Amino acid sequence: MRLHRLGAAASVGLVALPVLALAVAAARGSGDLWPHLIRHVLPQAAVETAFLLAGVGAVVLVLGTGTAWLVSCHRFPGRRALSWALVLPLALPTYVSAYAWLDVMHPAGVVQGGLRALLGISDPRAIPLPEIRSLPGCIMVMGSVLYPYVYLAARTAFLTQGADVLRAGRGLGCRGLRLFLQIGFPMAWPAIAAGTSLALLETLNDVGAAEFLGVRTLTVSVYVTWITRSSLEGAAQIALTILALVAALLVLEGWGRSRAQGAHAVRESARPDRRTLSPGAGLLAMLFCALPVLLGFVIPVSYLVWAAAMRVAEFGLPPGLGEWIGNSAILSGAATLLILPAALLLAFGARGDCMPDRRATTDAALLRASLLGYALPGGIAAVGLILVFGGLDELTEALPWVPLLSGTAAALVLAYFVRFLAIPAGALDAAYSRIRPQMDWSARSMGAGPGRVLRRVHLPLLLPALSSAALLVFLDAMKELPATLLLRPFNRETLATALYAEAARGTYEEGAVAALALVLVGLPVIALLVAGGRPKGERRGRASFR
Amino acid sequence: MNRPKKAALLALSLLLAPLAAGAAEVNLYTTREPGLMRPLTERFTQETGIGVNTVFVQGGLAERLAAEGGRSRADVAMVVDVGNLMELVDRNLTQPVKSATLEAAIPANLRDAEGRWFALSTRARAIYASRERIPEAEAAKLTYEELAEPRFKGKVCIRSGQHPYNTALFSILMIEHGETWLRDYLTKLKGNLARRATGGDREVARDILAGICDVGLANTYYAGLMLSGRGGEEQKRWGEAVRIVLPANETAVNISGGAVTRHAPNRAEAVRFLEFLASPEAQQIYADGNFENPVRPGTPVNEIVDGFGPLVPRNVSLPEVAARRAAASRIVDEVGFDR
Repeated sequence: MRLHRLGAAASVGLVALPVLALAVAAARGSGDLWPHLIRHVLPQAAVETAFLLAGVGAVVLVLGTGTAWLVSCHRFPGRRALSWALVLPLALPTYVSAYAWLDVMHPAGVVQGGLRALLGISDPRAIPLPEIRSLPGCIMVMGSVLYPYVYLAARTAFLTQGADVLRAGRGLGCRGLRLFLQIGFPMAWPAIAAGTSLALLETLNDVGAAEFLGVRTLTVSVYVTWITRSSLEGAAQIALTILALVAALLVLEGWGRSRAQGAHAVRESARPDRRTLSPGAGLLAMLFCALPVLLGFVIPVSYLVWAAAMRVAEFGLPPGLGEWIGNSAILSGAATLLILPAALLLAFGARGDCMPDRRATTDAALLRASLLGYALPGGIAAVGLILVFGGLDELTEALPWVPLLSGTAAALVLAYFVRFLAIPAGALDAAYSRIRPQMDWSARSMGAGPGRVLRRVHLPLLLPALSSAALLVFLDAMKELPATLLLRPFNRETLATALYAEAARGTYEEGAVAALALVLVGLPVIALLVAGGRPKGERRGRASFR
Repeated sequence: MNRPKKAALLALSLLLAPLAAGAAEVNLYTTREPGLMRPLTERFTQETGIGVNTVFVQGGLAERLAAEGGRSRADVAMVVDVGNLMELVDRNLTQPVKSATLEAAIPANLRDAEGRWFALSTRARAIYASRERIPEAEAAKLTYEELAEPRFKGKVCIRSGQHPYNTALFSILMIEHGETWLRDYLTKLKGNLARRATGGDREVARDILAGICDVGLANTYYAGLMLSGRGGEEQKRWGEAVRIVLPANETAVNISGGAVTRHAPNRAEAVRFLEFLASPEAQQIYADGNFENPVRPGTPVNEIVDGFGPLVPRNVSLPEVAARRAAASRIVDEVGFDR
């Protein structure tokens, strides 16, 4: 079956197009701007970005793996509820959380106002709480929203592999933190690394929250160069430099992973035994798991509920709300339906080793290349696409029956494709690594062609990973802002653009209704995600030959 | 209609939207927020029967227009900030318009002689001063230049120095005092900041209320929006905490404006739309809906804005302000203003 390779190559080609368009722009040169940027902007931005990435990386690692370990392998009060509540921050875009946190923590806001009223203080400067508009504030806000990427990946890993190893470890007297650090963590590392890289790429790309909180990252300087300095060329140069760094890191990470493959090839197994924690330890575990939910969801969303309630009480529901929800759902749904088959082809190709005509290295490279779109800042990817669509429209100008691509919903769906193909591609690749090649060999030896193996053997086994990847893509597409703003057709508002329209002029509270709706629409999706993440005994039984 | 049918229709309309044509219409690319545009476009349609299709874009409006080229469906582009408007002209994305109505409605210094751009409202950059901590007599005499003086050490709040509202102000100051002066001024102003240069203009008022700073720079219409109570009771308190100072030595004024795009497929409707935006009725919407200053002589400002006192704009050429933007932005980088 060579068709799959053609499909995979076409998908990655689509992802590469905006990067090429940006490379063309960058090659035009930015005159004397580049030396200025090197001297006055980029070193400082690089340092700030490095600190932000290190901080968010540490937060998501500790929160994501710590909570996943606790809820997967222990019994403590509130465990069941917390195990799903920990996913909730996924519904919240980072920029919304940033707005909410500033409002909540501001000296003129509810918390400090309430505290002062309680203590009978009138001077707003009397209570020196930490400033949210700072690097540590930004790390807290972003880390508390992005840790679920790590949590989800780590939890699945803990729940579906290595129960025997853990049991053996416990039998040999390895317990608590040591069991986690020496057995649990290394065993789940590929999954944790994948989740962490998603969270870090989101951090790297973010512009809304970082800019709002006064953190001048490389991505912020990309936008300032493009918009204030009016130099798309300079912006493209910075963006491509970041992309090159990301690509280098990915290659290193891939190389590290392939070397370590033998060590981490852990077989699927039953859910590990849950150890019951002592009351004191159980309370600590509960608090540790409740903290990220509080920071990443309960506090910002309570603020949204309050702000939205005030708006609705005064002005009623915004008249466009139903349409915004419809547009968001349709666009994100269409993107999901387009992305999944492409991701499946990519992952299927990269599996390679069961194919007689294998060229797994090329296919694996294709799979990795799909990350390009995710590693580009959304707005910059969108500009690249605008250039591509404009060029295509120019080519077809002589053919009036070919519809315009620019400014259509189709263009926007393609933009989501470019941005988010990496999510299911990575997830499916990881899921494939848990299907043993012997299954393919037996199917092939009984005369099944590759297509049939994919349909009859792989698909049923990949279904859980496929569905959770679909839900993640849907959520991400719904929260996506910069590309949606730039590429959308006339008269179309989505929840994200409607909320931004208000935030753009500083009336965050007027965007609260749309922001809350965005969270509420995301909740059932998250519920499905959590339900799908639970291992199912019979399916697992079929997945392995043991 | 049942739900799946409705959803299917919605999907279909979404996909086919660009193909729909027919009745007279005008297509608008705008960085102006829907809250302001909706009353304007609705009234225009009511009066003329011409439908308005809108995309609200934030960054990248020029890129989208340029990339779409001759096949772009956009007729009118509307942006804030003179630099952004001039970028459209410089990149040859607008076309000359000759309209006696527009020439009569908009003073000559607020439009291009060839009709490639028109200012539609003016926006004053004011000093916000704490009512509680800056005495009225002192506040009334404040100038932009004074904010860099040592007495305001740790007492100034401002949004990012790279924001167009600030680069335009800095350009205006540069025209008057020169580049070396501006570098020195921004270094000192940076030294006076109470917090990082970030957030929006309203945060200046809120931070002054909270005692984080005593003075700041922000546009007047934000004060109008806050004081009107439209943002809720809480914001009213922010607005009430500050005195709006229009600097005595003439205030820096930026514009929002519009232009007919180079390849406008509905040119006649586009001109008509611009003429409508300059009409007394639309200008009043700018004044009362968003608390901006109308460009049309004789259109009264909103009474809240009137309370800030008379506005005497600094006499600078708008294209010149736009031309200095890049230089101002570089100086902002050089002094590390945003760090």
